[in-house]
Amino acid sequence: MRGDQGFPVRLRFAKRGKVRFISHRDVARAFERAFRIERLPLAFTVGFVPRPKVSFGLALSVGHESDAEYLDVELEDAVDLDRWPDTLSAALPEGITVTGAVGLADRAPALQEAVTAVQYRVGVAGADRGEVAVAVEQALSRPTLGTTRTRKGREVVEDVRPALLGMEVRPVHDRDDDGRVVVDLEVSTQPKGTRPTEILAAVGEHLTAERVLRTHQWIERAGARLEPLEADARLRVPEARAS
Amino acid sequence: MSNLWPAVEPLLARVQKPARYIGMERGAQAPEHSSALVSWLLVYPDTYEIGLPNQGLQILYEILNERGDAVAERSYAPWVDMEGELRGAGVPLFSVDTHRHAGRFDVLAFNLSAELVYTNVLNCIDLAGVPVRAEHRRPEDPIVVAGGHCAFNPEPMADFVDAFVIGEGEEVVGEMTEVISAWKRSGRTSREGVLRELAGVPGVYVPAMYEVEYDGPFVREVRPRFADVPARVDKRTVADLADWPYPKNQLVPLVEVVHDRLNVEIFRGCTRGCRFCQAGMITRPVRERPDEQVRTMVREGLRRTGYDEVALTSLSSADFSGVDGLVADLVNKQEGTGCVGLSLPSLRVDAFTVGIASEIQKVRRTGLTFAPEGGTWRIRQVINKLITEEDLYAAVDGAYSQGWRRVKLYFLTGLPTEMDEDTLGIAELARNVVKVGRQYTKHASCTVSLGGFVPKPHTPFQWFGQNGIAELHRKVGLVRTALRKSGAQLRWHDPEATFAEGIASRGDRRIGRVIEHVWREGGTFQEWSERFSVDRWQDAMAACGLDAEWYVTRHRTADEVLPWDHIAAGLHRDFLWQDWQASLQAHGLPDCRWTPCYDCGVCTDYALEHVVASPVAPAGGSQGTGQDLSQGGDMPVEFLTHPSTRPDAATGASERDKQVGAHAG
Repeated sequence: MRGDQGFPVRLRFAKRGKVRFISHRDVARAFERAFRIERLPLAFTVGFVPRPKVSFGLALSVGHESDAEYLDVELEDAVDLDRWPDTLSAALPEGITVTGAVGLADRAPALQEAVTAVQYRVGVAGADRGEVAVAVEQALSRPTLGTTRTRKGREVVEDVRPALLGMEVRPVHDRDDDGRVVVDLEVSTQPKGTRPTEILAAVGEHLTAERVLRTHQWIERAGARLEPLEADARLRVPEARAS
Repeated sequence: MSNLWPAVEPLLARVQKPARYIGMERGAQAPEHSSALVSWLLVYPDTYEIGLPNQGLQILYEILNERGDAVAERSYAPWVDMEGELRGAGVPLFSVDTHRHAGRFDVLAFNLSAELVYTNVLNCIDLAGVPVRAEHRRPEDPIVVAGGHCAFNPEPMADFVDAFVIGEGEEVVGEMTEVISAWKRSGRTSREGVLRELAGVPGVYVPAMYEVEYDGPFVREVRPRFADVPARVDKRTVADLADWPYPKNQLVPLVEVVHDRLNVEIFRGCTRGCRFCQAGMITRPVRERPDEQVRTMVREGLRRTGYDEVALTSLSSADFSGVDGLVADLVNKQEGTGCVGLSLPSLRVDAFTVGIASEIQKVRRTGLTFAPEGGTWRIRQVINKLITEEDLYAAVDGAYSQGWRRVKLYFLTGLPTEMDEDTLGIAELARNVVKVGRQYTKHASCTVSLGGFVPKPHTPFQWFGQNGIAELHRKVGLVRTALRKSGAQLRWHDPEATFAEGIASRGDRRIGRVIEHVWREGGTFQEWSERFSVDRWQDAMAACGLDAEWYVTRHRTADEVLPWDHIAAGLHRDFLWQDWQASLQAHGLPDCRWTPCYDCGVCTDYALEHVVASPVAPAGGSQGTGQDLSQGGDMPVEFLTHPSTRPDAATGASERDKQVGAHAG
């Protein structure tokens, strides 16, 4: 479907402040309205109920902030992408800010499958910096990290160690707004996503992730780690079609 | 601390749907408060998802914020989990706009759209840190105001509300602001003083200025305590909607809410005269918005909100003069990206309506809803919902044949003079509807939605004794049994909740203690079945020494003083009584928009007139009966024998010679 005749575009946006309490689905609806407000020439699916061709990346938990959210949208006509971030941000809820837009290469893989790892910065409560550092060091040295999840109403223990790619306690001066210890966390998204809250619970049962900011999403390709806007960008800005 | 957000924010991680409490809708305002301005907190006493779309609240929000002497913010009842967090942390109710302490506003104004929200009003007042009972409030406390349809019987909430607004609020909120502003400037001393001033504003009812005298269980008189307080409070009505193109900036919520679309009000009032319908009675006369203004509001609203659906709202949208031209243009001439859906809530039952619906729903023909309300022609004459079986079958035939698969039918049970034959008629209609549908598709489905009838003040049925719990259960059971293996599904409203609604609907001032008792026992969100228990209401009635059956199931007599007799919706008591008597004779009453005036009292008393966008009656006639209303209708109402002999619905041509006399089912 992608790139056959339309113009696929990838956007990066931040979700900060009060708006972090809306769901992934709410964000999607806000974008659909913003596209209509700005009358962007969206491509629609053909069928009973035509829908704009928009696809979102990995869901962000309600309550978490992000500087690295992405979505792909297909347009009918080429537009000037330089103006997009400001134009769309004005039509979006306060706190959702578009920070980049690129034209995508034809047949770029879908975001959901392409992204392999995500990074978070987490404000941790439940222990002082020294205790958190010890817990992190021990967790990284263990071959398995069990955490209890509820699946279909049953409690099951799952190993989150394979998903934990990296974890580091930030220096003392890097505390969050409320003076909490800050931890950077890198988590694999394949075969499925793991929440930072689940990792924290596995690292130390008294530790809680109070404030979570997604800082990066990465696409790993041929050994290189790429930012999603760069990974599949079209080499040049699409020219307006002759018609 | 004027901004409570730092205290609210940590609580949000622990509650469901935290976005209910963040505000930030497109169109939301962050007004600057100052001691020179009168600050209103407009509170919808139900969840955010139910309350946010409320048009009345949004209209007043804009009108107040446009004024130089007022600011307005909004709040909604926090759900049970959030209430627990707020009370646990000692955080008061707050506005969603700037997270300001609710108790720091000058006015707390509640929208009373249904009786079962009353306990939520008390809860919100309490969460604001304000004494629940009006008599305990001090000069520094906010003035508690309430409006909306339920304010037409203010007595059950009289203990808790300082001032009620009767009728439409567009003009009166400004007049109240001026009174309160002067009070603030004068040092905000006597609460009694400002309330007495407010009692002088037309349309404002201040219950503390009135004494209720009882005669045993009956109300003998509701008497003003002072000579300058009016003995009767008349409703307020705006004469012409053209002057009020609100909301201009409809709020666009970030989370899904009910009626999540652009809503444009196309007219107010209804003169169909359905006798059970309080909304139709108290909002007379009909005032249509000019066609051109509707188009502008739709165009600009869609442009500004980014919505892809618009609803043309009113009490009976297919009755808007020239609705077919409007709909055709809106559907075919939409500009902008993508496709825009149009919906007309509250459709009447006839083929004309299906014609409009098919114009609108060109692709997604899923469900269509009709409200015949009664199971037989006889009972429909009693309630003055003059839909013939032929109308209904023609409508559903049209619907199924044009691709709809689901038809939903709304009925009431427990209506005056209702016999089992009428109740069972509901099932028979539904069975026949399924049969009609199966001719076109084996997937045809029909859902019957059955509500227990609650008599409402200011209607011809205000004297009728409501059916009790057991009787409503029996009637639901009749329909349920009769619908077995019919292919139709039945949904019904809980008769226990209907009973509790009946207590508050026609209650007097003594019911206030009952509402307070239910609230103190934890009875909030009574409209939510998982939160409702009739035992709480029965216990509260017993604790207050009141007889629930006396309030709910007793017929009132012609000479009884009704607790709301000092509140006027403009309908003459004589008219209502005559219409009540006519209903018992199964006499219908035509729509007075296009037939001679029968003097219900509203237009004559208030020097108002119907305002119609077009002088021609909409095609389809009076509720689809084919009456040529442009020539003036006769009583009793006549109808056509066969759908095949109906005049062409699209032209509305009269075929009087083909009509036969009405019959009683």
